[in-house]
Amino acid sequence: MPQPTPELIHARPVPRPSLWIWAGIVVVLVAMLVNGLLTNPNYHWDVVAEFLFDPRVVSALGWTLLLTVGAMLLGITLAITTAIMRMGTNPILRGVSWVYIWFFRGTPIYTQLVFWGLLPVLYPKLSLGIPFGPEWFVFDTQDVINAGVAAVLGLGLNEGAYLSEIVRSGLNSVDKGQWEASTALGMKRSTTLRRIVIPQAMRVIVPPTGNETISMLKTTSLVLAVPFTLELTFVTNAIGNRNFLPIPLLIVAAIYYLVITSILMVGQHFLEAYYGRGFDTEGTVRTKPVKGMSKRQRAILASGTVHPDPNAEVTP
Amino acid sequence: MTAMVEAKGVHKLFGDLHVLKGVDLTVEQGEVCVVLGPSGSGKSTLIRCINELEQISAGRMFVDGELMGLKEVRGRLHRLSDKEIARQRSKVGMVFQRFNLFPHMTALENVMEAPRQVRRLDKAAAERIAREQLERVGLSDRADHYPSQLSGGQQQRVAIARALAMEPDLMLFDEPTSALDPELVGEVLAVMKSLAASGMTMIVVTHEVGFAREVADNVVFMDDGVIVEQGTPAQVIDAPREARTRDFFDKVL
Ligand SMILES: Nc1ncnc2c1ncn2[C@@H]1O[C@H](COP(=O)(O)OP(=O)(O)OP(=O)(O)O)[C@@H](O)[C@H]1O
Ligand SMILES: [Mg+2]
Repeated sequence: MPQPTPELIHARPVPRPSLWIWAGIVVVLVAMLVNGLLTNPNYHWDVVAEFLFDPRVVSALGWTLLLTVGAMLLGITLAITTAIMRMGTNPILRGVSWVYIWFFRGTPIYTQLVFWGLLPVLYPKLSLGIPFGPEWFVFDTQDVINAGVAAVLGLGLNEGAYLSEIVRSGLNSVDKGQWEASTALGMKRSTTLRRIVIPQAMRVIVPPTGNETISMLKTTSLVLAVPFTLELTFVTNAIGNRNFLPIPLLIVAAIYYLVITSILMVGQHFLEAYYGRGFDTEGTVRTKPVKGMSKRQRAILASGTVHPDPNAEVTP
Repeated sequence: MTAMVEAKGVHKLFGDLHVLKGVDLTVEQGEVCVVLGPSGSGKSTLIRCINELEQISAGRMFVDGELMGLKEVRGRLHRLSDKEIARQRSKVGMVFQRFNLFPHMTALENVMEAPRQVRRLDKAAAERIAREQLERVGLSDRADHYPSQLSGGQQQRVAIARALAMEPDLMLFDEPTSALDPELVGEVLAVMKSLAASGMTMIVVTHEVGFAREVADNVVFMDDGVIVEQGTPAQVIDAPREARTRDFFDKVL
C-alpha cells in the first residue's frame, strides 16, 4: 500500500529582528569609518600610494621578512633542541636548557638587542681555542657579527626561549602509549621523537607558533636597538619624518604588516590541515566533545593520543 | 632447546610499592601462555618487564636465552645501552589494550614504520611485508585508512600486524580485547587463534576465559604479585587447587 505523503511542515522561523538591527548598525558604522578614512585630508592617500611601492620601502619589507624568517628558524631550532633537552635524562643538559629559558625570557628583548649590538665593543676579538690555553682561530667580532647577524641572533635567541615552552607542552601532550608502542617495536628514543612524537606534537605546536611568527613580524621593528636600520618600521618612519608626513608612511607600513600577516594566516591554515591528517574523521569520537570546541580540537580528542590542554589553543 | 621466556625470581618495585614479589615463569617456544588474575595483581607489569618497558628490580629475565636489559662483565652487572635494549625489544612484539596505533599514519604506514626505521628495509620490501601482514589479519582493503577511520577491532588487528611485521620470536598481548565493544572481540580473538595455530610463542593477559580454555597450553593465575597456580586450562580453570584461584573463577565464570 502506498504511503500517503504527510503534510510537510512549512513553519516560519522564529523572527530574529536583532540580526537585522545589528546588520544595520554595522553597515552604518563601516560607512562612517570608510568615509572618514577617505575624505580626511590628514591621511594623505596620495602620499600612501606614492610610497607604497617605493624601492626603499619594498627593500625594507624584504629585510623585515628576512629578519622574521631568520629569527623564527633559529628560534624553532633552539626551541626543539632545548625542549628535548629538558625532557631528557641528562641533568646537565636539563640544567643548561632551564637556564637558557630562564635568562632569555626573563630579560627584556630590547636590552638583549642592545647587548648583541654592543658585542663587537665588549668583545672586539672572538677566538676559538681552549679556555686559558692556546687559541687556534681569532676573528674580529665586527666581521662575524654585523648588525644583521646581531639582529637575527638577538630575536632568535629570545624567541627560542618562548617557543621552547610551547614545544615542550606539545611534546608532553602526546600520549604515553605512543612512546610505548614505538619503544616496544625497537625504535630508539631519537627515532621515536622524530617519526612518532614530534609529528603529533605539531598539531599542538603549530597554532601558537603561528601566533609567535605574526608577533615576530612586528617585533623585528625593535632591532633599531642594535642598531639595524633597514627594516620596514625604521625606513618608513625615516621617510615620513623627512617629508614631515609621518601618518601616510605609518599607513604604508601598517598595510604591509597586515598583508604579510594575512599570508601567514593562510600558511598556518594549511600547516594545521597537514598535521591534522588522520585526525579529521568525525563519527569515531571516543572522548566526549565539549560544546563550542573547534573541529580540529574535537578531532584531536577523538584520536585519544593527547589530553585536552586549555592553554594549547591560542588563536591569533 | 632454550625456553623462549625464563623469568627467575623477578621482583618489581615502583618506589615503595612492591608489585612483583618473586615471579618464576617459563614459556617454551611455540607455547601459548595465558595470564589471568584480578585487577592490580601485576599482570601488565610482568609482561612489560619481559620487553623492558619496565626495568626489573631483582631477579633475572631471559628471552630466547638472552639476559634482558643487563650484561655481566667480570661478575658485575651493567645496564645495556639504549641501542642494545632496542635490539632486544625488536624481537618481542607487543599489543596493547588501547591499540596505540600511530594516528598520523595510515594502516599501511603504521605497519611499515618499524621495518623501515628499525630493520632498515627499503620502502618496497617494507611495503611488501606490511601488505602481507595486513592480509594475514584480514585488512588488505583498509591499508590506506587512518586509525580514526577504523573500528576498534580493525585498529587492534592493525596493531597485531604492526607487531608481526618485525617478525618477532615472541608476542605479548596486554588485554587486547578489553577496550573493544563486545561484538568486535571475536574478530581479534580469531586473529590471535590463527597466530597461535601458526606456532607463534604468545603470552596473553586477558579476561577471556573461553580463549584461555581453547588456546592456552599453560594458564598462569596471578594474585598480589605472585604466581599462585599454573597448569593446563583444565587444571587451573576447572579444578583449581588454591583457594584464591577458586574464588577468582567463582566470580568471573
Ligand atoms: N608506573 C607505575 N608506577 C607506580 N605504580 C604502578 C605503575 N604501574 C603499575 N603500578 C601499580 O602496580 C600494581 C599492578 O599493576 P598492573 O597494571 O601490573 O596490574 P594488572 O594486573 O595489569 O591489573 P589490570 O587487570 O587492572 O590491568 C597496581 O597497584 C598499579 O597501581
Ligand atoms: Mg593490566
